[in-house]
Amino acid sequence: MDLAYYYELWRGMMLSKDPLVAEAVTWWQEFYVKFYQAFLEADRWKQYLNGVGTTLTATALALILGVVLGVLVAMVRTAHDQQRPDRRKNFVLGFFNLICKVYVTVIRGTPMMVQLLIWSSVVFISSRSYTMIGIFGLGINSGAYVSEIIRGGLMAVDGGQMEAGRSLGLNYIDTMRFIVIPQAIKAILPALGNEFIVLLKDTSLITVIGGKELLHAAQGIMGRTYEAMFPLLGIASIYLVLVVIFSWLLGKLERRLRQSDRR
Amino acid sequence: MIDVKKLSKSFGDHLVLDQIDQHIYPGEKVVVLGPSGSGKSTFLRCLNLLETPTGGTIVFDGQEVTDPKANIDKIRQQMGMVFQHFNLFPNMTIRKNITLAPVRTGLMKQEEADETATTLLKRVDLLDKADAYPAQLSGGQKQRIAIVRALAMKPKVMLFDEPTSALDPEMVGEVLDVMKELAQEGMTMVVVTHEMGFAREVGSRVLFMDGGHILEENEPHAFFANPQNERTKLFLSKVL
Repeated sequence: MDLAYYYELWRGMMLSKDPLVAEAVTWWQEFYVKFYQAFLEADRWKQYLNGVGTTLTATALALILGVVLGVLVAMVRTAHDQQRPDRRKNFVLGFFNLICKVYVTVIRGTPMMVQLLIWSSVVFISSRSYTMIGIFGLGINSGAYVSEIIRGGLMAVDGGQMEAGRSLGLNYIDTMRFIVIPQAIKAILPALGNEFIVLLKDTSLITVIGGKELLHAAQGIMGRTYEAMFPLLGIASIYLVLVVIFSWLLGKLERRLRQSDRR
Repeated sequence: MIDVKKLSKSFGDHLVLDQIDQHIYPGEKVVVLGPSGSGKSTFLRCLNLLETPTGGTIVFDGQEVTDPKANIDKIRQQMGMVFQHFNLFPNMTIRKNITLAPVRTGLMKQEEADETATTLLKRVDLLDKADAYPAQLSGGQKQRIAIVRALAMKPKVMLFDEPTSALDPEMVGEVLDVMKELAQEGMTMVVVTHEMGFAREVGSRVLFMDGGHILEENEPHAFFANPQNERTKLFLSKVL
């Protein structure tokens, strides 16, 4: 069976100047033509596939940047908040803490889309690697949220754990490293997974500044075929499938983390 | 051994400890009694600087604990502390709970710490739990492990912050037995507790605190038989 043959045949009928022929096209033949146009003609599925690849890479890179930034910010802010009240405050730490606070406030207080536009059309105006700018913007944005996730996880660990570690004579860093952080990770990982899913969907915003990910592929095909429904529903399904897969993996991870509690 | 001078602590406007003077001698078992909110736990927690005093000085073994330049980690290594809620590390096995601090602070090599842990666990009859996690233990077992964990650092003094208050009544005995044994070996102990029997039997001195002051102190028999202060009398009449 030749898919292309029927596509050409029915498309020819649809475009026919003879109204009788054009009206003879049934709804499912039209459906087939539009579907073929959106996904199969000129190997367009490859564009979607490339888009998915870019989307996943962008998500991963942005998450890595976000986690690195988040860990740094959370470390500074937690260390600052846990300073002993009697000692003179560490000035350097106070300075960095202020920067971190401003960063989190500004990023969380402005729309992601606006941030992306500022990165691409104000800060990196001369750069043309739009996808990289988009990843950078997403990572910076994600870092603010991740830092709060990590800070929340660290604060969720019972204060008695820090006291017990310190009362044994362990220093602050060892107590964090061996006692507090391993326990905080259980609270952090599921929330971090959630951030990954949010980020995966938010990569579609990169299209606005010219990044070439999944939505960009769909838009390109829409421009060529003058047909919006199939490309858009198509990529919506792709996002949905990706999110469902990752949610399922996350659920498995969470169950395993909880299992270790029941040892 | 521990010399406390004019120790004050306030949380905001709330004065919890008001100019406490106290000296704890080597080998003493000081039992601190008092109603809740009297400042007795805060007093104990100030001794190893888990609470930072707002005034006064504490000198432990010739080192000024309250000096901002003091190496507080080194000092804490010599002061064991046992908490009301055990505070075992749930992410580690019992053995790791015990050996972590001695190894990380450079007091012992891992093998030596393991041997120490084995010896200590045998002593509290919990060697079979060495590779279990805290969640698998009963409250009494957890607290015995917490005591052993502090002892692994070979401290010069042990601080107990209501060690039996969070336990089922059935399990209080097993923890007190460990503490009594420790007392008999000559360990210097400061114990905040509501166990009057323990205070009477083990204590070498009883402090009664209320409102941030030490209202009365005496050796236990005289303290319980013949309290002097009105507030002490009222307290004892309610709890005995």
